[in-house]
Amino acid sequence: MKTIKTIKLLSLGLLATLVFSACSDDDDAPQVINEEEVITTLNLKLTPEGGGETIDFIYRDLDADGSNPEIISPALSANTTYTGRVQFLNELENPAEDITIEVLEEAEEHQVFYIVEDSLDATPTYTGALDNDGNPIGVEFSLAIGEASQGNFTVILIHEGDKNVPGASEGDLSPEVGGETDIEVTFDVTVE
Amino acid sequence: MYQKSILLYLFIFFSFVIQAQDCELAISGKVIDIHDNSPLFGAVVQLVGLNKGVYTDEYGLYKIEGICEGEVQLKVSHPSCEPKTKSIYLKENRQIHFKLEHHLEELNEVLLKGKLYNNESNSSISNQIKTQKLEKFSNASLGDALKSISGVSSLNTGNSIVKPIIQGLHSSRVLVINDNVRLHDQQWGVDHAPNVDINSAANITVIKGASALKYGGDAIGGTIVIEPQKAPIKDTVMGKTILNGSSNGRGGSISTSLIKAKSSGFNYRFQGSLKRLGDLRAPDYQLTNTGQRENNISLGIGLNKIDYGIDFSYRLTNSEIGILRASHIGNARDLVNSINRQEPFFIEDFSYTIDSPQQEVTHQIYKLETFKKLKNLGELSLQYSFQQNNRLEFDIRRGGRGDTPAMDMELKTHTLLTQLEWTSLEGFDSNFGLEFNAQNNFANPNTGVRRLIPDYNMYTAGIFATTAYKVSEGWDLDAGVRYDFNTIDADKFYITSRWENLGYDQLFPEFEIGEDGNQILTNPQFDYHNISATVGASYTFKNDFKLIGNLSSASRAPNPSELFSDGLHHSISSIELGDLQLNSEQSFKAGVGFQGVVEKFGFNIQPYINYIEDFIVLEPNGIETTIRGAFPVYEYRQTNARLYGIDVSANYSFDNLEFSSNFAYVNGRDVEQNEALIHMPPFNVSNTITYSKKEWNNFYISLNSQLVTQQNAFPDNNFRTDIVNTTTGEFEEVEVDVSSTPEAYHLLNFSSGLDFDFDKTKLSINVMINNVLNTNYRDYLNRLRFYADEVGTNAMLQLKLNY
Repeated sequence: MKTIKTIKLLSLGLLATLVFSACSDDDDAPQVINEEEVITTLNLKLTPEGGGETIDFIYRDLDADGSNPEIISPALSANTTYTGRVQFLNELENPAEDITIEVLEEAEEHQVFYIVEDSLDATPTYTGALDNDGNPIGVEFSLAIGEASQGNFTVILIHEGDKNVPGASEGDLSPEVGGETDIEVTFDVTVE
Repeated sequence: MYQKSILLYLFIFFSFVIQAQDCELAISGKVIDIHDNSPLFGAVVQLVGLNKGVYTDEYGLYKIEGICEGEVQLKVSHPSCEPKTKSIYLKENRQIHFKLEHHLEELNEVLLKGKLYNNESNSSISNQIKTQKLEKFSNASLGDALKSISGVSSLNTGNSIVKPIIQGLHSSRVLVINDNVRLHDQQWGVDHAPNVDINSAANITVIKGASALKYGGDAIGGTIVIEPQKAPIKDTVMGKTILNGSSNGRGGSISTSLIKAKSSGFNYRFQGSLKRLGDLRAPDYQLTNTGQRENNISLGIGLNKIDYGIDFSYRLTNSEIGILRASHIGNARDLVNSINRQEPFFIEDFSYTIDSPQQEVTHQIYKLETFKKLKNLGELSLQYSFQQNNRLEFDIRRGGRGDTPAMDMELKTHTLLTQLEWTSLEGFDSNFGLEFNAQNNFANPNTGVRRLIPDYNMYTAGIFATTAYKVSEGWDLDAGVRYDFNTIDADKFYITSRWENLGYDQLFPEFEIGEDGNQILTNPQFDYHNISATVGASYTFKNDFKLIGNLSSASRAPNPSELFSDGLHHSISSIELGDLQLNSEQSFKAGVGFQGVVEKFGFNIQPYINYIEDFIVLEPNGIETTIRGAFPVYEYRQTNARLYGIDVSANYSFDNLEFSSNFAYVNGRDVEQNEALIHMPPFNVSNTITYSKKEWNNFYISLNSQLVTQQNAFPDNNFRTDIVNTTTGEFEEVEVDVSSTPEAYHLLNFSSGLDFDFDKTKLSINVMINNVLNTNYRDYLNRLRFYADEVGTNAMLQLKLNY
């Protein structure tokens, strides 16, 4: 009698095994994931004030992992002031997704900083609309170029930094600003 | 506990001297429960040293015949009672009755099988934490409780994600066995805490080494065996509720369990717990976004007869854990700023809200097990378990994607385990077993973030045999061997340029399936063969001292993270790359345990040495500059490693005072590169003084001092990178110090409590204050040590009700 019970119990166990095994996942090929938040491209459009041809600085990394970036850094003209606008794109999407729109929508959480090496005679100034707290966003700016020189021009997009830290609204990126870096790209710029 | 009972057993054994001539005598009697005078069924009555023993029947009666005249010692034990011994000089047939004291807390001693002596880990170097101590950690985590064992530390991510480290090793090198089911809960991740509700555990054994082969052959570090409360075979209802409140985090937990058992062997069990904590606080600031929520439940139903049984159980753990907001950073420049800042960037007022970054993990285990005792053979058992692990990790994301997890993984594991315990050969206790495992990992593509771990199927088959042999009085030998076959079949998208940069297009062209945009779909398939073995001996001296020696070799196949990992980790701002060319690790460990009691002084000394071939280490290897800035790239390397160390615990008591002391030292080196291994626990000492007085409602007051020294042996993983100076705009080469270890620290912890006995219930009140002096400190083994101090003072009140 007991043996029969045991056999029943054991077979119940085996049955459960089969039932559970039967509902495991099917083995289809996985779906490709294209990073949604990836920023592949940074465009810096500089237009000379009072007219002239727009100059495009481009950093493009379609793999988004730093292996093969394409960097275009044309020369700037001395003693010229440029109207500048930065654009962030995800070119893995078709058509390319303009991330700048997102940055502007979440303006209070974002700020673009332009860091100019001392050896480069250039002065960036924020222009364009302020965010709701009255702080600059930094997408639009002007760049006053002085004498012929050469040096690094670094564009940094900070997310959730403290935009009220003294100096931040003038574009000084001190460690107190904190937050996290979403974009950091450096161009080697020559002024002729 | 079982070690203790063996000690007791052997002690009694030695004090017994044979003087027998007439061997026709008999002893009979009745064993009853002292509380309600009900007969105890299934109690074991043994003649110590004579290999004679019987079970009591359902009326609590027993009879042992064929005993020689002389001094005999009787030992009575029952799963739910304290064992009792009695010595008599036997000249004629005697009737001896026993009244046993019920011991609710120790109910666990009985396994489902009704097995009374746990012989399978005879020469294991192990330590155990029992219910009473575990209850103090009711509001904390498994890892926190385990740290009270000498030689066990933890690798933390913040304060809520606590991974146990056994003698210097953790994660995939430590097996966690919960109620005889090996946890498969993405345990490879250093920030993935084991999915175990500490309130569901009645006792936890830590086996330091690979000697518990039945649980797996890859325990390079060790095995943690968690046993829940088991139901006794008698008519009873047992319940327990614990309420905790804590000042730090301004929350608490409630845990309750109920077991209903019948003398027919039928039982059902319920256990559940809830935990709610808000942001924790370091002495000087709030640790923003460190709240946690837990919901756990376990249910069981079973029929447990002496010679057969069946049991079903279900367990669910669900936890939401906030991760320190300030630990989510961008590139290497942010990391340098965070390290220099000395305090977190994001400090906000206290809140119960859990925002990104956070983890939400649900783990479910279904288990069906059955056993049958077979005449002249032993016991056959069969167990099937199904586990499902759902892990969601939420990150700080742009464009309103914060509510979409950045990682969404579902791991399903089916395990079939069959075992035969063969006891019919005199003196031997042998186990033979087969284990089959089918595992499927599915990474949800809707995250919009490339998979850290790809979809894969993994199948394993293991076969093992172990035996324990009693050579003579005092001498025990045991040995075991296990073979595991492991095959993994993954579907993974690599960024094509990464695939080529790693040289995989040359090494593994056969894995390539097709391209999709800038990604390539590959189908890596690998087989691993792993052999593990153990041999050990133990000797018990006449003065009760016990010496154990154990040699074990474990073999571990690389885990999915080591093989496939591919992506950016925001908490340490690094890119981590797996390596398809990794082999299995093989460890060779020798451990010794020496323990004993001299009057009121007890000690346990456990030295060990562990040599590991093809040890897998993760270390920085170059810098990658992306559109987000510069990141160190961490890659895996295989080397030979050597760890040695010693774990010591001692206690001394006189009158109402007890002193106890633990210390542990471990030294780990990469012998190929002659440098220290990362994350080796620093030398630590814990001393406790307790005053207790039974007459005053079991009053106790206890002060604990914990000293953790600075770890001076660490690998230099610092990396140099050019970081733009945001004032001058120039690039400056900066050494990013991710290696230096925090200073030594000393903590004081206080606890006190009282018990009140009512008619059928018992109430215990405990007060605990951790970090009494509100000391500021950082811990080397906390991965978030770059960003914030550890928690400050935490005062806790605990009410426990047994009924």
